[in-house]
Amino acid sequence: MNYLAILAIYKFEMARTARTLMQSIVSPVISTCLYFVVFGAAIGSRITSIDGVTYGAFIVPGLIMLSLLTQSVANASFGIYFPRFTGTIYEILSAPISAFEIVIGYVGAAATKSILLGVIILVTASFIVPLRIEHPLVMVLFLLLTSITFSLLGFIIGIWAENFEQLQIVPLLVITPLAFLGGTFYSIDMLPPFWQTVSLFNPVVYLISGFRWSFTGEADVNIWLSLAMTFVFMTACLSTVWWIFRTGYRLKQ
Amino acid sequence: MEPIISISGLSKTYASGFQALKSVNLEINRGEIFALLGPNGAGKTTLISTVCGIANPTAGQIRVDGHDIVANYRQARSLIGLVPQELTTDAFETVWSTVSFTRGLFGKPPAPDQIEQLLSELSLADKRNSMIMTLSGGMKRRVMIAKALSHEPRILFLDEPTAGVDVELRRDMWNTVRRLKKSGVTIILTTHYIEEAEEMADRIGVINHGELILVAEKSDLMRQLGRKQLTLQLNAPLSAVPPPLVDHDVTLSADGTELVYTYSTTAERTGITRLLNTVSECGITFRDIQTDQSSLEEIFVNLVTDRQS
Repeated sequence: MNYLAILAIYKFEMARTARTLMQSIVSPVISTCLYFVVFGAAIGSRITSIDGVTYGAFIVPGLIMLSLLTQSVANASFGIYFPRFTGTIYEILSAPISAFEIVIGYVGAAATKSILLGVIILVTASFIVPLRIEHPLVMVLFLLLTSITFSLLGFIIGIWAENFEQLQIVPLLVITPLAFLGGTFYSIDMLPPFWQTVSLFNPVVYLISGFRWSFTGEADVNIWLSLAMTFVFMTACLSTVWWIFRTGYRLKQ
Repeated sequence: MEPIISISGLSKTYASGFQALKSVNLEINRGEIFALLGPNGAGKTTLISTVCGIANPTAGQIRVDGHDIVANYRQARSLIGLVPQELTTDAFETVWSTVSFTRGLFGKPPAPDQIEQLLSELSLADKRNSMIMTLSGGMKRRVMIAKALSHEPRILFLDEPTAGVDVELRRDMWNTVRRLKKSGVTIILTTHYIEEAEEMADRIGVINHGELILVAEKSDLMRQLGRKQLTLQLNAPLSAVPPPLVDHDVTLSADGTELVYTYSTTAERTGITRLLNTVSECGITFRDIQTDQSSLEEIFVNLVTDRQS
């Protein structure tokens, strides 16, 4: 195992975050705070409670998950796309480092940034709404699994993309809509039966539901099903990454 | 002695169907400077990229110091440093951090003293904290070399190292390459500048359309394929080549003031004595005589042209 190479990639990516602090951390935190104000205060004042918690507290897990999904994808996709764009990817490919180590470096850094962001949003939210975390270990598990899984997805997008438009298209047209329709701001129990069934095809529902369960003990779907779906999605992403490095897709062709 | 790089039957076909390399066989000796010449699109960069692990070979085998580049890629790649053709740098990084990053990628622990020395040798010491985007093209090229040398490779690939750099920097780089050779580093360089190969290389390979046309010692190549020209500057211009000289295959310059005789340096008899006797018999006098050896560039052009025709 080339630990020094993993560390080099990880530190390199984290240094980029430090250089772009406004874009990487401050901007998503401000966006989330705005969601709290608009949805939590303005709309929440008209909704008494959902699953026994105030509406403001109800949307906290969903908002954290929304940031986690979008930022994991954005960080990881940009992290691997930029060296491809500038041509500096040659040094990664010519270094004595395995595909697995490359993934650990890039995905590890992207996931770290997302988790950091999630924690900051959680702390910020605790100042705005009363929060309780029923199952903290499960919360940490979901934070880890989700950030790693979606960082893997971002890594795949960063290798697939051939220009900046393609880099943006999946997060904008797929990830964000799925997150909004995945129960960030509502419980899927509140939907008509037909749309409840449709929602079950949205993988983000399982992530948000499981994550919300760790906060409130209430969930739209069974917690084990949420965990299983998260693992399935992670396995799919890992398999795709493995295929990319085995075939050299868009890297070594 | 076992070659440091051994390439056998290497072929590379891109997804587009373009065959960039066609069953290339090549051995690079330890400690030598090997120049790979070829026109644009000949396959030089593809050959380097494949050895370094940037492109997957379609067929064939490459061994670096006995290590297969696929099965034992860690051992093989750790011996290699690469300076690519393009100035591909992390614009927002400092010189120090980008060189340290490359060293880390190759699994080497931080060595500030060594990086400091490397930057000094490449006249980059005062730029260590400068962002790369603020450097000139020549400085960026030096940074690329510093990165390639940061992990102390035993083999250095230089892909068109002096393309677009000024004369002073080119001389500096040649000195750096000579210094590396002295320290035992094997250097493979591709270049468009024949002058560069002529100046630096121990051996030369010529590649065209993905095929390695020729590999030879530079001196042998110059000797075997070299042509010399003998030019007689006449005292009085001639209107045509006199009949006795026609058999000697001489040509007359357009203004009739020079007789030019081309001969092979490797022929048993050059025919110079016989030519000069005939010139004397014809009553032709000359005020000066000069000989010119064909340059590597002419040899290269002849090789590539012959193949194409």
